[in-house]
Amino acid sequence: MKELQPILQMTGIQKQFPGVKALSGVDFRLFPGEVHALMGENGAGKSTLIKVLTGVYTADQGSVEMEGHAIAVHSPQEAQRAGISTVYQEVNLCPNLSVAENIYIGNEPCRLGRIRWKEMNRNAERLLQERLHLQIDVTQPLESYSVAVQQLIAIARALSISAKVLILDEPTSSLDQSEVRQLFDIMRKLKQDGLAILFVTHFLDQVYEVSDRITILRGGEFVGEYLAADLPRIELVSKMIGKELVMLEKLETLSNESDSNDKKDDVVMLEAEGLGRQGAIEPFDLRIHQGEILGLAGLLGSGRTEMARLFFGADRPDKGSLRLAGSGAGSIHTPRQAIDQGIAFCSENRKTEGIIDDLTVRENIVLALQASKGWFRRIPRKRQEEIAEEYISLLNINPRDSEQLIRHLSGGNQQKVLLARWLLTEPKLLILDEPTRGIDIGAKAEIQKLVLSLAQKGMSVIFISSELEEVLRVSHRIAVLRDRRKVKEMTGTEMNQQLVMQAIAGGDKG
Amino acid sequence: MMKHRLFWPLMVLVVLLLFNLIYSPDFFSIKMRDGHLYGSLIDILNFGSPLILVAIGMTLVIATGGIDLSVGSVVAITGAMACLSISRANDQNGLVAVLGAVGIALVLSAALGLWNGFLVARIGIQPIIATLILMVAGRGIAQLITNGQIITVLSPKYQYIGAGSLLTLPFSIFIVAAMFVIASLLTRKTALGLFIEAVGCKPTASRLAGVRSRTVMLAVYMFCGLCAGIAGLLLSSNVSSADGNNAGLWYELDAILAVVIGGTSLTGGRFYLAGTLVGALIIQTLTTTIYMVGVPPEITLVVKALVVLAVCLVQSEKFRGLLRGRPKAGPLQTANPEVKRHA
Repeated sequence: MKELQPILQMTGIQKQFPGVKALSGVDFRLFPGEVHALMGENGAGKSTLIKVLTGVYTADQGSVEMEGHAIAVHSPQEAQRAGISTVYQEVNLCPNLSVAENIYIGNEPCRLGRIRWKEMNRNAERLLQERLHLQIDVTQPLESYSVAVQQLIAIARALSISAKVLILDEPTSSLDQSEVRQLFDIMRKLKQDGLAILFVTHFLDQVYEVSDRITILRGGEFVGEYLAADLPRIELVSKMIGKELVMLEKLETLSNESDSNDKKDDVVMLEAEGLGRQGAIEPFDLRIHQGEILGLAGLLGSGRTEMARLFFGADRPDKGSLRLAGSGAGSIHTPRQAIDQGIAFCSENRKTEGIIDDLTVRENIVLALQASKGWFRRIPRKRQEEIAEEYISLLNINPRDSEQLIRHLSGGNQQKVLLARWLLTEPKLLILDEPTRGIDIGAKAEIQKLVLSLAQKGMSVIFISSELEEVLRVSHRIAVLRDRRKVKEMTGTEMNQQLVMQAIAGGDKG
Repeated sequence: MMKHRLFWPLMVLVVLLLFNLIYSPDFFSIKMRDGHLYGSLIDILNFGSPLILVAIGMTLVIATGGIDLSVGSVVAITGAMACLSISRANDQNGLVAVLGAVGIALVLSAALGLWNGFLVARIGIQPIIATLILMVAGRGIAQLITNGQIITVLSPKYQYIGAGSLLTLPFSIFIVAAMFVIASLLTRKTALGLFIEAVGCKPTASRLAGVRSRTVMLAVYMFCGLCAGIAGLLLSSNVSSADGNNAGLWYELDAILAVVIGGTSLTGGRFYLAGTLVGALIIQTLTTTIYMVGVPPEITLVVKALVVLAVCLVQSEKFRGLLRGRPKAGPLQTANPEVKRHA
């Protein structure tokens, strides 16, 4: 009994930013009781379309109809009142408020203007438990939970408002597999309740697992709307990029070649002995060779990021020692010292630890190099522009405008700008923490290819990713972490999905 | 042209200046007398110079996401220190005595700024609290120095700093111009400006990019202290006396206002020194205007507040949109039709 009346219909949406045409003539419709995937590469206009729908941006042209009536949404509050709730790509909550406060902020249960805390906490607990199967202390501040849990809380917040339309913008990009499965169960249940879900993701498997319908955007334009069952995967991909994807195949061969190089006898680039930090990661030994790509595999919160932060001096170790090739006494206590020693670290929190919103693409690119040169030896403006242009074309950053503010770029392009920032410092060791999170396949392949070619030129790379396939594809060697402990190192033939999964899961389970 | 950042502040300044023509037709006239230029415009520049100085330092502090409430107290302390040291000298007009006093005052003001920076960058106290300490304690220190009295000095050489003239113009204008040029060069011709903006916008990300954010903050607070110190010298030398109680009183508020009018956001990040200059001139013109028009003393502050409110509203794009009847999304917008709901 499929209803033919869409609950939401957007027609001819246009949106222009200074120098960028983000959306031109985009149509989108959403039926109740369906999961509708919105697909497209970085900068295709997915996020912009969602922001128009939720009132963050106002469309220059076009109309939005909800249940057959035209609506004009000018603010997120209005969107919520109209029944549209959103969970954004990067968690958008207040880290220092409690879980319950985060869920009910703006519509707390009140009596005579006083918040009824007990009721609120009870409601929050019940909501999390019944709909998300999550049992946590809701009076604790949000920041005391992992990113994955925070994401679920964001979804709970959206659910707490009786929404007719739920928008999930990259909800799975920071969840591990079991959490993704849990989320999909929830999505299916909500779908049966008649909710219309707009789902944005870069994982093709996930699209086909839960979606009924797919709308594809490319370069801000509407490509088409398809039933998921009628659209083969290859076609979806080629419609998204607008060309055949041969790059991934090339990548396989590239990786195989470099695998055959034995790195064991090479120069040790960095050596950690009994390095550890209370509450972050247990003491571990680890070596990285020159020109080697070391993959760190493990679940979220297994200590991958914590390990990387110790190498970079972002956190101070309280045990053990860290030695770098070629440098005698140089110790690493701060990021500054790490950079001086030729280490670069691309954080997984692009939004808070990576980009500087108010600065231009050019300024973001030169920042690390300028910082290591010091304040007095300024890189001349003209040279800065040359550098920016060079990396914009090298990494295919879009839009090709070095004076654009970085916050106007899409997530994937921001990531490329950050890569450019670090490549410019010509590091000996590059630490990439989830460099491809929230990035489309095309850009993902580009970044993986780049990493491999950098390693061939002699750069050492630590590659952290939640996507096991990706880690397997690029790494020469893999260190597996579990429960804040390094449990295994794997090389050569050991490195297959089955064995690594077993190591990650632990125990003797086959 | 209306899109330019400085357009609205400059418009406000021009309107304020023109407004004075109604009350004093020769407002724009500048006369030459005894080899000096006289006129209301010169007065505005002259009397406004301490505020401009303080506001320049404040701009950089605010750009790092901080704030310095202690500048008024630093103005009082440095003035008091300079006057005390001159008054103790055998020859109050001796070059050594005056230079020594100026040197002591400047070193002291830089040290006070450094203290603020230390509390903020090293100890990690929130800037508003860290500088509040010196704001409150500083008044006390200034009065300790002057022993609760007003110290008067008799030194034409010292007086020259704030009341002398060079090439027919007040000497203080040259000091301000020099400091403005120095601040502009330091921030735009070196990478300091980039670091300040990066730290102000995202401290964590900047640290991970290798910016020495603590050093940047220390330097900025020290510079702000120094600016306030020079302002203190100008003020006290202009009247050849030091008043620990009233010198520089409420300067921090005027300076913050000037920075904000100039387009620098209180949340830190991008900063505009030229905007601050215009902002400080607006405030000084306003003060002059209020005296000129003869607003009764008991309501001058109210008038000032109203004009400042008007300035802020004129600068707000949202408000201008509202006036044109084409509202844009935002908190200012209230007249929006309710979203239709269907039961």
